[in-house]
Amino acid sequence: MGPGEGCAMRDARVALAQIEPKLGDLEANLDLHASAVRDARRAGAGLVVFPELSMTGYLLRDQVPEVALRPGSRELARLARLSRGIDVVAGFVEETPRHLYHNAVAYLSEGRVVHVHRKVYVPTYGLFEEGRDFASGDTLRSFDTRFGRAGVLVCEDCWHPSCAWILAQQGMDVLIVASSGPTRGARPGVGITSVAVWRDLLRATARFQTCFAVYVNRVGYEDGLNFGGGSLAVDPFGRVVASVPALEPALGIATLEAEVLRRARLSYPLLRDENLDLVHREVERIRRLRYDLPGAGKEGGTAAGRGGRDR
Amino acid sequence: MKREPRRPGRAGSAEPDLSLDRDLTTRILTGFIRSEVLRTGRSRVVLGLSGGIDSAVAAYLAAKALGPQGVIAALLPYRTSSPDSLRDAERVIGALGIVGERIDITPVVDGFAAAAGRVGRLRLGNVMARVRMTVLYDRSEHHHALVLGTSNKTEILLGYGTLWGDLASAINPLGDLYKTQVRELAAHLRVPASIRRKPPSADLWPSQADETDLGFSYDRVDRLLALLVDSRLSPDACVAAGFEPELVARVGRLVVRSQFKRRLPVIAKVSTRTVGWDFRYPRDWKS
Repeated sequence: MGPGEGCAMRDARVALAQIEPKLGDLEANLDLHASAVRDARRAGAGLVVFPELSMTGYLLRDQVPEVALRPGSRELARLARLSRGIDVVAGFVEETPRHLYHNAVAYLSEGRVVHVHRKVYVPTYGLFEEGRDFASGDTLRSFDTRFGRAGVLVCEDCWHPSCAWILAQQGMDVLIVASSGPTRGARPGVGITSVAVWRDLLRATARFQTCFAVYVNRVGYEDGLNFGGGSLAVDPFGRVVASVPALEPALGIATLEAEVLRRARLSYPLLRDENLDLVHREVERIRRLRYDLPGAGKEGGTAAGRGGRDR
Repeated sequence: MKREPRRPGRAGSAEPDLSLDRDLTTRILTGFIRSEVLRTGRSRVVLGLSGGIDSAVAAYLAAKALGPQGVIAALLPYRTSSPDSLRDAERVIGALGIVGERIDITPVVDGFAAAAGRVGRLRLGNVMARVRMTVLYDRSEHHHALVLGTSNKTEILLGYGTLWGDLASAINPLGDLYKTQVRELAAHLRVPASIRRKPPSADLWPSQADETDLGFSYDRVDRLLALLVDSRLSPDACVAAGFEPELVARVGRLVVRSQFKRRLPVIAKVSTRTVGWDFRYPRDWKS
């Protein structure tokens, strides 16, 4: 039995908690989470998703170690307690026992930490400085939830299609993307440019991986950076099933129907047809060439050019 | 949603994009003012209202963000200031119902000039700008408010402003908008036409005009800056896009030479953790 084959997806009612975290203030943000969880419960949601670094705010810089949480910390325990009767996805700074700091997202259920994703691609270009403050994560794992198999990515991870692809190959039904995405102005006919870009990105990702995709972005300002919100949920056909208006804090509710996933995978059996072995062979060949590893040889042309299949 | 027709770009051509969604831009900027003021525990701003378009737009945005009672507009004329400027500034105060204050800076500036000896026109202009800054910061303390900046992106990039003078502020909603974009927003916000239509001027001496000082029009230089700065085109590519080589070279020099006006003073590093280098906290630290 392959990964995720043990449980089929079930209908899920998901709350998109588009909040405005308070920079560097764990206590205030815990209260903010508690209040949104209450609202989500009232709206009948079984899962509530918060943005990237929802417990701390984004522009932390040297505050990273001050707001970092270790497994078993009081704040993480309080956050976990919120997940009774409703699953909670929240962003925080994780400190490992070796004192590495990660931009992390936890999936919490019934008071327990089910999964932690450490942001793999910490952007360090343009206005981003995350590589100065965070270690990169080095795993991408899907995991089982009561709604089916889920995968979590953080913001920039989603710009690398390999991340969603790797999660999908592990049976992911629902992709959760937590984000703190700054806006870069608004254009006529486009609206807030970053919101429009993310909508395209989510729709393409959901279609390519035939999964639901839930994107939650924060709002508010830090040092003049404006976070645009525009959270949305997309079905595996790339259709937007729920969206939250840009710029303001709000709670969106999306219903993800398992039957839609079944039909999408029937219409587009991309996951069935994916040739893992081909990808593995080609990636391995490229890796050997790129890093000049033993066995790289003089390969690089077409299979025909090398006289047929690899041996 | 309104869709503006776009000219199809020629292959290899570079079209500067200065278009704005006026509604959303207004929302982003008013949200910015509200958020950055309220998080400091204050609820008001003080700004110098010159009668020009930049400070008028800043006042309109601030009044939308904080309500008219949250905006204190200081009129800070010098004896040579144009009466039209004062009239236009008063028009803004009347239209918005914001709080107006008038403080004549003539005795301070002339007192300085008397003490300092001969000061040429340019240096006296700098003194005026810094006296206005001093007054604004003092009034902001009096009113428990923040100083609202009114410098636009064109001025900031070209260094067309006085360091620690008109370039000084606590928060600036216009600093990422080119002059032509400020004009567009002014029309959207219904800033009085007399303010929108007059030639831009710092009004530091009679009949001063920005575009004469600079030697090029804002329309032209904004399009060039959008290519150089925002689209990161090379100077050669800007010339290929139709800008005169002299203009491209001159604007490039102005931007580089004025870098000091866009930074805090440089500090000599002699410790393990130095402000500005490895003592890194956001301005909105713990707020």
